Amino acid sequence: MMVPLFDWSDIFSFQDYGDLVALLANSIIAGAVLGIVGGLIGVFVMQRDLAFAVHGVSELSFAGAAAALLFGGSVVAGSLGGALIAAILIGVLGSKARDRNSIVGVLMPFGLGLGILFLSLYDGRSANRFSLLTGQIVSVSSPDLGWLIGISAAVLVGLLLMWNPLRFDSLDQVAASARGIPTRFVSLAFMVLLGLIVAVSVHIIGALLVMALLVTPAAAAMRVAAGPLTVPLLAALFGFVSAVGGILLALAGTLPVSPYITTISFLIYAGCWVVQRSRARVKRRSQPVTSAAA
Amino acid sequence: MSAEVAREAEPVLEIAGAALRRGDSELWSGLDLTVEPGEFIAVLGPSGSGKTTLMRAILGLQPLSAGSIRVAGQPVQRGNPRIGYIPQQRPLPPDTSMRARDVVALGVNGTRFGLPIPRRGDRARVDALLEGVGAAHFADRRVGLLSGGEQQRLRVGQALADEPTLLLCDEPLSNLDLANQVGVTEIIDRQRRERDAAVLFVTHDINPILGRVDRILYIAGGRFVLGTPDEVLQSRVLTDLYGTPVFVLRAGDRLVVVGAPDAQPHHEHDHDEDDA
Repeated sequence: MMVPLFDWSDIFSFQDYGDLVALLANSIIAGAVLGIVGGLIGVFVMQRDLAFAVHGVSELSFAGAAAALLFGGSVVAGSLGGALIAAILIGVLGSKARDRNSIVGVLMPFGLGLGILFLSLYDGRSANRFSLLTGQIVSVSSPDLGWLIGISAAVLVGLLLMWNPLRFDSLDQVAASARGIPTRFVSLAFMVLLGLIVAVSVHIIGALLVMALLVTPAAAAMRVAAGPLTVPLLAALFGFVSAVGGILLALAGTLPVSPYITTISFLIYAGCWVVQRSRARVKRRSQPVTSAAA
Repeated sequence: MSAEVAREAEPVLEIAGAALRRGDSELWSGLDLTVEPGEFIAVLGPSGSGKTTLMRAILGLQPLSAGSIRVAGQPVQRGNPRIGYIPQQRPLPPDTSMRARDVVALGVNGTRFGLPIPRRGDRARVDALLEGVGAAHFADRRVGLLSGGEQQRLRVGQALADEPTLLLCDEPLSNLDLANQVGVTEIIDRQRRERDAAVLFVTHDINPILGRVDRILYIAGGRFVLGTPDEVLQSRVLTDLYGTPVFVLRAGDRLVVVGAPDAQPHHEHDHDEDDA
């Protein structure tokens, strides 16, 4: 008889589940808010071609958090500082996609390297070290959770207040500035909001995995919808389901939260991809060879 | 009554003694241009001659180094609702998650900060704009999947949202096939005829609009000539302007300018200026 190398109860076990959920209510709320805001901001991340920038910002956020850990500051403040510096740098220097990608490419390994340096110098609890890279929402302290929820809510408000100009600017910056939209301000303000939400995500799913909440849900929504209301609503829903679903599943085992979140978010994307493909096939079959309109 | 008459007569655009320098080089100087309502003016010239910069100056995005510009009697300001700006057609990414009507709607609601709550009348306005540019039948399709001509109609619809009295068109026909060039020109020109809007039309090819143009502003090497097409489009006039032999050839009802240097030597470093 083969002995499995792992215990299934590590992955799923629903003993005392109700108590756990009650105990971690704040974590779940934080995940829910981040899922929704991440989905919404992701729509603009996609339209403004900033997926790679998100990754760069998250590595600097990781470095900031690691520095705070080493020097005994607030880890949340550290991650915010790192993320904001990176986001503003990218926003100011990288208005053109080409410049931006090279700046991100330079910043990212630098941030990751700094973070690893700080972590190797740090001799506190080792669980903290790993969690910044791969996330562990359940180990975030209660006051910090309050901050994460508050910051996410602030990002949501900021995003809603400049929703329309941001859409215009994301579609066509030249036309938007001709219409008097302060495009520089809009771009920078967006990068600040992005920096804030990346810092929050680092604590919840970890610096290496932020894309699962800031890019994947929106990318999935954009595969199946195009309306100004349906895309953001679907993206927010996908983000919410990934984050909350991931946390709830993780509570049933002893494994980290992140793999659950990333897996759900990936499966939703895969599902949307299939839906899009099958729709396209139906359309092609129902209207064969319309004359070249393109 | 008399005030009404005075406003009728007010020029849409007055440029006086305008000059624009960038770093050490002067793009152009001493530019005077008065545009009356309903006038169609073509702006021609090689790339790098400062045509786009002139547009940006009128939009209030680029300060002049000398002179003044007034739009409908007012000094230039950013976001002037009396100006509609129609940019060059650049294909939108196929995965752009917007429908055709959403692109036009940005002309109506795109400048509104604050919670994105639709206002009464927005939808009817967007429908009317879509209808006006012949886009009603593809209003609900994804923009990324539309043809270049269809996308460009949407840009025109977006620019017309505030019923502008001055239309700034920056190479609106480039990258379009002949049928769409005619179609888009017709939409722009209808705005001029029906609403008495003035049109400033930057183009590298005069032919698609030749029959509609009242005057031509030809900029080259920091100098310019202004006049009717018959006055400006002559070998002698353009040779004088460029300072090198240039020939205007007529083939049927089409005109070809031969021998014009594409960019001015001392402006070569801002070669892509017209694409900016």
